[in-house]
Amino acid sequence: MQSLTTPLLFVLALAVVGYFIAKSRALHVAGGDIRTLVSLPKQHALNTLLSTAIPAFGAVLIFALYSRITGTTPGWFLSLVILGLGITGFALSLIGIKTQTRARTYAERWIMGLLIFSSTIAVMTTVGIVFSMLFETFNFFGQYDWRDFFFSTTWSPNFRGNSDLGIIPLLWGTLYVSFIALFFAVPIGLFAAIYLSEYSGPRLRAVAKPAIEVLAGIPTIVYGLFALITVGPLLRDVFAEPMGLGQSASSVMTAGLVMGIMLIPFVSSLSDDIINAVPQAMRDGSLGLGATQSETIRQVVIPAALPGIVGAILLAASRAIGETMIVVLGAGAAARLSLNPFEAMTTVTVKIVSQLTGDTDFASPETLVAFALGLTLFVITLGLNVFALYIVRKYREQYE
Amino acid sequence: MKNSLLVSDARTKKRNAAEARFKTYGLSAIVVAMLALAVLLTSVLTNGLSSFQQTFIALPIELSEDRVDKQGNRDPAEMAKTTTIGYAPLLRAAIVAEVERQGLTTALSDKDLGELISKEAAATVRNRVLANPDLVGQTVTFDLLAAGRIDGYFKGRVTMESAALDGNTSPEALMIAQSLADAGVIDTKFNWNFFTAPDASVQRPEAAGLGVAILGSLYMMLVVLFLALPIGVASSIYLEEFAPKNWITDIIEVNISNLAAVPSIVYGILGLAIFINFMEFNQSSPLVGGLVLTLMTLPTIIISTRAALKSVPPSIRDAALGVGASKMQSVFHHVLPLAAPGILTGTIIGLAQALGETAPLLLIGMVAFVREYPAAYTPEAGLFGEASTALPVQVFNWTQRSDPAFVERASGAIITLLVFLLIMNAVAIYLRRRFERRW
Repeated sequence: MQSLTTPLLFVLALAVVGYFIAKSRALHVAGGDIRTLVSLPKQHALNTLLSTAIPAFGAVLIFALYSRITGTTPGWFLSLVILGLGITGFALSLIGIKTQTRARTYAERWIMGLLIFSSTIAVMTTVGIVFSMLFETFNFFGQYDWRDFFFSTTWSPNFRGNSDLGIIPLLWGTLYVSFIALFFAVPIGLFAAIYLSEYSGPRLRAVAKPAIEVLAGIPTIVYGLFALITVGPLLRDVFAEPMGLGQSASSVMTAGLVMGIMLIPFVSSLSDDIINAVPQAMRDGSLGLGATQSETIRQVVIPAALPGIVGAILLAASRAIGETMIVVLGAGAAARLSLNPFEAMTTVTVKIVSQLTGDTDFASPETLVAFALGLTLFVITLGLNVFALYIVRKYREQYE
Repeated sequence: MKNSLLVSDARTKKRNAAEARFKTYGLSAIVVAMLALAVLLTSVLTNGLSSFQQTFIALPIELSEDRVDKQGNRDPAEMAKTTTIGYAPLLRAAIVAEVERQGLTTALSDKDLGELISKEAAATVRNRVLANPDLVGQTVTFDLLAAGRIDGYFKGRVTMESAALDGNTSPEALMIAQSLADAGVIDTKFNWNFFTAPDASVQRPEAAGLGVAILGSLYMMLVVLFLALPIGVASSIYLEEFAPKNWITDIIEVNISNLAAVPSIVYGILGLAIFINFMEFNQSSPLVGGLVLTLMTLPTIIISTRAALKSVPPSIRDAALGVGASKMQSVFHHVLPLAAPGILTGTIIGLAQALGETAPLLLIGMVAFVREYPAAYTPEAGLFGEASTALPVQVFNWTQRSDPAFVERASGAIITLLVFLLIMNAVAIYLRRRFERRW
């Protein structure tokens, strides 16, 4: 790509020079009187700059993609194309400078092209994610049977080959940790949201809401370290060893508890929005019939807000399933199917990290399995999000 | 039976009790959440604050010419041939002489006395001598890093009992260290090294620092700022102002809201597969890290920019159109400047989220042990192409090491990270308050 720097720099310089040339040419064509021009001189200048630069850089981008796919190297032909496009744009835009030329419209068309291109980057990201994972997953399934991957219950990668790579123990670990996380986060988050929106005065709200927001802003590595250093040994010394359930500081309970703390602000803020959206008229009607405030909340407000709350729980579950750092540091690396929450159990995300940062050869099934795991994770979280949206949309009551 | 408002019957009492219980549940939920936050911050602070202090030994070292400058010509290139192994006896002699000068006795051999000093200290002395060759032949007082176990002793991590079982130190070493501290030779003071030094090997936790990590994170934030902000603002302008309501626009909007919910590790896989394998950028470079973080921050910036653009009232746009501006001129010259504070706040918050991300950076290879500061631009590696590490990844690296001194370092690094995040969020809130306009 080094050989392209010179023509690109030349085109860039040409564009900047063209800006000033176009400005003076526009003034010249107008005979010194700007009022005879349809477009301002600086719009002519902008048009020249964009006409020179954008086609050339666009060509480079297209060729970069083409060369990566087909493996051809950029040669003198590409440099010629770049220079040709730049000079053509330069010349055509300058020749077209007349009093009646609507340069503003042309310049704005170029800008609109840039805006549309930026918007498609989001689509290209999704396409890139799906395509990259699909490609490597097909490579993986070419080397390892898909039935064994989805249905085998052992996970034991062996760098010499002949590994057992079943996803079921990993899925079990993921679901178990997420279940414990939601078990802690949903009641606490929901009750906190109810109290903050229905009962609390402005002073408590001014203290509690920022505190819960701070919990949301803490990076997950901090939670991971907290799980590793404080929560893990605490749970092992106070609960696991006296009860004889395990000796490991890394366990499902550790990761689940800390992940629950992380999810509290998520559940709380989403539920808060939903509860506030229930119209006051319903609460007033219930209170007017003689219910206490807690009865109103339990029997009127929560059922009305239920679809939204279920959607919030599903989104929190999706977040919990995709979480990495807390489980890497808190849950351990042992893939097993066990009901004991004080044992170390690993999850899909931990194995993605460990398989891709290991020393195995990239084309071996032990490394490629990470892409299959990633695709499964992506599909599960996407499915949960879509399902949450569907539930909210289907059961939402329209209050006017 | 007559009911009176002034006398509660049994059922009302039950209902009131249920009400009081319900309120307690809500209040205790809030208390539990705030307690969890307090415990988290306290645990991080107590573990990490000690990493900002470090134990140093002040020793006069005789830089004798026959050891340091064998050719006698004060030429740094020639003197560089003496490695740190050649400097170690000088340091050992210095501490033995100091112990004698203070009139202390110890059962330790000279070699064991030399172990009180960190192995990193020889490199420090050598670098200073190579930078100032005229120091040769003089006796210069150096502030040397104490060894990891000695540092641990003064911070309470290492005790006499544990030293008896430890292969790296002994109770006699701790006792002589205590005597030297009482004499003023050993001192624990603020550790600037923690922020400027690069990472150190597993055996030398006392020398490990965040310099490379902070630099790498800074480069990545620059990449994110220069890529995510223009692309995000351009997409938001298109979607908010210009996009027609057809199925293509629907697909773009659905994509953006889906991308906001994708787990961060999937972005890491994307970075590995496309940026490293397909486009063959350098592994573990801040450029690739910055590109991955850009893709992650893009949905956040787009959502907050759209909210900022939406909040500008239509009267501004109509007024601009009324005096003859085109749609694009009205957006770029009128709406965008007015929405700028909201866009800025959203960008800062997006950057703060990107600073704390770890999982995608692990997958693109930033787990490497990097000793040299990465340069911003080199001809071989390109812009931001040299291998580097990042602040949260450095924390993860340190937690994987077995020496408990690294636990203290990791907590200290987290305190640094949280301070950066606090500053960024405070700046965002301040800017929002200062420039917010109520229409």
